[in-house]
Formats: sequence, C-alpha cells, structure tokens
Amino acid sequence: MHVPDGFLSGPVNLAAFAISAGTVGVAVRKLTRDLDERQIPLMGVSAAFIFAAQMLNFPIVGGTSGHFLGALFAAILLGPWAGILVMTTVLAIQCLIFSDGGLTAIGSNVLNMGVVGGFGGFWVFRFLLGLFPKSPKSFYAASALAAWLSVVAASVVCALELAWSGTSPLRIVLPAMAGVHAVIGAGEAIITGFALSAISKLRPDLLSAYLPLRGTNGVIYEQI
Amino acid sequence: MNKSKIFLWIALFFSLAIAVFVSPFASSSPDGLEKVAETQGFLEKGETVAWRFPVFPDYEWKTAGNPFVNAAVAGGSGTLLAGLTAWMLGKFLSKRKRAR
Repeated sequence: MHVPDGFLSGPVNLAAFAISAGTVGVAVRKLTRDLDERQIPLMGVSAAFIFAAQMLNFPIVGGTSGHFLGALFAAILLGPWAGILVMTTVLAIQCLIFSDGGLTAIGSNVLNMGVVGGFGGFWVFRFLLGLFPKSPKSFYAASALAAWLSVVAASVVCALELAWSGTSPLRIVLPAMAGVHAVIGAGEAIITGFALSAISKLRPDLLSAYLPLRGTNGVIYEQI
Repeated sequence: MNKSKIFLWIALFFSLAIAVFVSPFASSSPDGLEKVAETQGFLEKGETVAWRFPVFPDYEWKTAGNPFVNAAVAGGSGTLLAGLTAWMLGKFLSKRKRAR
C-alpha cells in the first residue's frame, strides 16, 4: 500500500508528514534514553527481514497481490519505538532507492504503515493480551488478530487520505481499500505467526515478555 | 560465536536468501492500493515521480539482461542496505545515549 506521488494532496501529505516526523522524533528521544545496546543488531536484522519479506508479493483474488507489512512484528520484537524507526528506515530506502512509495508521500506512508500499523497494531495486541488468559495460544491469537487489524487499519487511514485529497470519494474508496486489505491481512497474520513462532524456538529470550521461557512450566511471566 | 550471534546471522542469511532466490518469483500483479486506483480510475495520477534518482526502480537492476538476476541483485542489495542502515541508526542512538 505504498502511496506514490500524485495520489494525495499537498495539505494531506504535509499533515501526515508532521504526525510521522513527530512520532519518529519522540522515538529518537526515547531510545536515546532507553535503547538497550544488545538490541542494535536485532534492529538491523529486523529491517533486513522486513525489507526482504515485503518483496514477496503473494497473489490474492481478482488479479491482485499483497505483501507482508511487518509493522506489528517489529513492534512485538523490538518494542513500538524501535519498531517505528525500523519501519521508517525500510520505507525511506524503498522510496529513495526503489521508487516504491513517493517522496512527497513519505510522511503518509510512514503514518499509515509505521504509526497506524505499528502503534495501532501493538495497542490492539496489548489490549487483546490483557483480555485473554495468559498462555502461548493467547499470544499467537492476539498477534494474529492484531496483525490482521494492523493492515486493515493502515488501509482505512490510507482511504481517508485519498478521500480528503479529493482523489476518490470515501464511500467508494473506503470499502474498496478495507475489503482488499482484509484479505491481504490474513497473509499478514500467517507470516507474523510463523516469524514469531520461529523466534520462540530459536531465541525464546527475545519473546520472554510474552511467552514463558522453557523450564518454567508456563508459571512465570515477566511483565513488560 | 554465542547462540544469540548465530541466530542473528541465520536470520540475516534467511532474509538475504528470500530476497535473492524467492523475490524474483513474487507475484507481479498490482497490490491492493494499485488495484483500487486502477478500478477507480486514479492510477494515472501516480505516474509522475518526484524523486528522480532511484538506483533500482521497481526493484530491478536494469543492467543485466536476465530478469531474475536483475531482481535478485536489487533485492539482495536492498536487504543489506536496510539492515545496515537500521544497525547504524541503532549505533548512532547508543552513541548519543553515552554522550549524555
């Protein structure tokens, strides 16, 4: 859902840029204070993985394709603040080196996919986690639902931007965008689940905030 | 090499492998937004590009004749660049943290 140049109006792009830049600015300030140095290599590898996985467009119905977004995955693995920086890095490289997503729309793309997808998804994930009984099943259910919703929510905000820009009327573009991304979101849920389950096997410590470490019999959950 | 380093290298090589070997086979159908733009008739609005210096426009290295090689080179380079940039960003932040 990388928005190219020309789809959105100047004021919409500018407003989105202001929100995105503000969020990234807060993330930089927070991490300047709290960044755990051991997280740095993981930030790099996460960006590499998300970039690579985003290239794998899978076909869905009606001659349309979708791809992994990874915003919620990054937020779960790195926390939402480092997650937004990783997503912004990926989106900036896609825009400048690969002409995927317009330069004038970079703020909108960071807002839709990074802020809404990452923070919105993570908020839903935490909310669901609090609702469900604590177990690995709940963790995977919450991450799958939030992953699906992160893609749909990003597409809804994208539709609002298109409507506010006068590109397409809301009553048409909103159901169209939400509908197609409801299908793509299923792919997001599946890939996020596979990626998290692989990490839980190889490096369970990285998910110890959500999943019990082996040998604790599911009794001890560290609170984040 | 400790376990955590091994995991990071495996994850990096896995990402590179999917970028180089799998991405050339990715679907070339329009994505969700493009499809909506096509059906609603505003796709042509996005044809003028503001940034004129992409190295690999549309995820292709235009130099080699083979489309699979083109996609593999672009994909692999982008994966490494994304990883390196995010890592450098982390290093920069931790340097700022220490300087405080």
